[in-house]
Amino acid sequence: MARAFTPKVVTANDLLKGDVIYQTADGWTRNLALAEVLTDEADADLRMIDASQQTDRVVGVYLADVDASGGTPKPTHFREDFRATGPSNYAHGKQEAQAHV
Amino acid sequence: MYNYTDFDAAFIQERNAQFRSQVERRIDGSLTEDEFKPLRLMNGLYLQLHAYMLRVAIPYGTLNSRQMHKLADIADRWDKGYGHFTTRQNIQYNWPELRDVPDMLDALAEVQMHAIQTSGNTIRNVTADHFAGASADGIADPRPVAELIRQWSTDHPEFQFLPRKFKVAVTGSSTDRAVTKAHDIGLRMVERDGEAGFEVIVGGGLGRTPMIGKVLREFLPREDLLPYLESIVSVYNVLGRRDNKYKARIKITVHENGLEDIRARVEERFALVRPLFTGVDQQMLAAIESDFAAPKFREKSLATFESAYTNDPVFRSWADTNVSDHRAPGYAIVSISLKAHGATPGDATSEQMREMAELARAYGHDELRISHEQNVILPHVHKSDLPAIHARLKAAGLGTANIGLISDIIACPGMDYCALATARSIPIAQEIATRFDELKLEHDVGPLKIKISGCINACGHHHVGHIGILGLDRAGVENYQITLGGDGSEDASIGERAGPGFSAEEIIPAIERLVLAYLDLRSEPAETFLETYRRLGLAPFKAALYPETQANAA
Ligand code: HEM
Ligand code: SF4
Repeated sequence: MARAFTPKVVTANDLLKGDVIYQTADGWTRNLALAEVLTDEADADLRMIDASQQTDRVVGVYLADVDASGGTPKPTHFREDFRATGPSNYAHGKQEAQAHV
Repeated sequence: MYNYTDFDAAFIQERNAQFRSQVERRIDGSLTEDEFKPLRLMNGLYLQLHAYMLRVAIPYGTLNSRQMHKLADIADRWDKGYGHFTTRQNIQYNWPELRDVPDMLDALAEVQMHAIQTSGNTIRNVTADHFAGASADGIADPRPVAELIRQWSTDHPEFQFLPRKFKVAVTGSSTDRAVTKAHDIGLRMVERDGEAGFEVIVGGGLGRTPMIGKVLREFLPREDLLPYLESIVSVYNVLGRRDNKYKARIKITVHENGLEDIRARVEERFALVRPLFTGVDQQMLAAIESDFAAPKFREKSLATFESAYTNDPVFRSWADTNVSDHRAPGYAIVSISLKAHGATPGDATSEQMREMAELARAYGHDELRISHEQNVILPHVHKSDLPAIHARLKAAGLGTANIGLISDIIACPGMDYCALATARSIPIAQEIATRFDELKLEHDVGPLKIKISGCINACGHHHVGHIGILGLDRAGVENYQITLGGDGSEDASIGERAGPGFSAEEIIPAIERLVLAYLDLRSEPAETFLETYRRLGLAPFKAALYPETQANAA
């Protein structure tokens, strides 16, 4: 039996910086809240193909589950939570950039 | 210390130039990631969760002050001002950008360092006892042999695509500080009837199938080392499984074929290979040995040491815990703890690296070592200089007196950095250290090794921790499994699983119950945790870990 498709975002690492990025309708963002939420499986497949072809920009493309019930996408698994924030031992990574805003 | 020959320098320069052009071709799109990945891994460049990571080899853990200064400069210029020292005597930079890595490698080459074979299915950085050539219990300095192995294995044409990674460790002491029994090959320098040689241990390893290495040859004459190693690796290269990466390490090859079979194949191969080694390797070894000549030890009064030891309790506690016996009279070995309570195990800031380099220059015959326990060692220090060293370490946040104690924890990067992780390990280490510092119990508890890995790959050596902690993902929640009674010493053993895992909140109280139970159970204060565990077995410790189950059963 086919499982119901849960909301997802396309994510990867940036080729040059190596940091976590998310696909938007017309490019990439470093902020999960701005990512394009995919709710349709066929659509997600197409977006994955598009992302995977951008080999000079991104590395390691995959679909990550999100909880989009609050309007903006949020991680459902702790691994994605760390990817969206940064390590817990220092305020490095995304949390650092956000602190400087 | 070993100095690059012109050949070495030219080789590194050429490798770096090749990698620079590979990076350029990756960035301009002419190489795909699939093409580039094996190339970057051959040069120690990983992609982790939040960034690239560059792993730099510190062969047999030995550095001089200039090299340590360079590591600090690299951390400031291209990273976030710190580095992470690992259980494999490497340093990892967690935040480099792809474009900068070729410059980092060139900077390393200026001080005769590189990142070659710190990844991939090759013979990795050869590790050695961090007290090599210094400890009172050593019979010989293992580093010349480690250097010989490094030269033989680096870019060895036959061994660039082994079935899996291959790790070699060497010790020259009967006290095993190099975890030789958990390596693909462990070498122990031994003597028989006045002749120098090696005990050759094979097929140890951790990871998902932990195994203690087995003795393949009880006594190998010293001059037979390289041909014998070549024979082992070439037997493995042919026989090792390439169909399943989880069965590809030599420990599985030995397990599946049996030690006798492997021994017979190695000896057969050895008979062919031995005549090809004409003694050039032994001439090389002799030259390398002169590079490792012991420093000229001085004779000085011990008065400053004795007065500080009598009058300053903080110094005394540090000297009792972090200072070990040296083979030369009046000398000592200093272990600098990179485990301040609550800090990330193994991390040092660039300022701390510089201060350690300066201390080595001023007081330590310009030598530093990195231990597999993620600390830094000043191997040759005159005792009269210990008070001055301690004062400067304290000022630099490096004066923690906890070597070998419960807060001297090995922890892998875990899910804070590692893409393979199933849970975090660093925060667990930080919390355990902080908690036992609050309890002011660690000196009373005495020698106790806690080792934490963030997944089944066991980079944090949890299988050989007296208390091992393995972080797992249980239905989307971090969960920590405890193993007990592991040991990485000459009496190596793999820890036993204690029972169901604990959540991140439960694990610290669980460790506390365990340690308090030990304090009740030990026959006398001198009986260590491991000894008590070996005497009593799992049951009483299990009862302390799972009090509810006990109550329910009652
Ligand atoms: C990018 C981060 C890392 C990756 C991808 C990684 C990967 C792995 C893998 C896959 C294994 C299992 C090998 C096997 O069972 O065949 C392993 C084992 C091991 N790694 Fe790591 N590791 C990483 C970081 C580290 C660090 C930071 C250390 C040192 C603190 C380390 C030291 C070890 C050790 C000691 C083992 C177990 C010994 C053995 O090879 O059996 N690794 N690693
Ligand atoms: S044990 Fe697992 S989590 Fe820890 S560094 Fe190794 S691969 Fe990563």
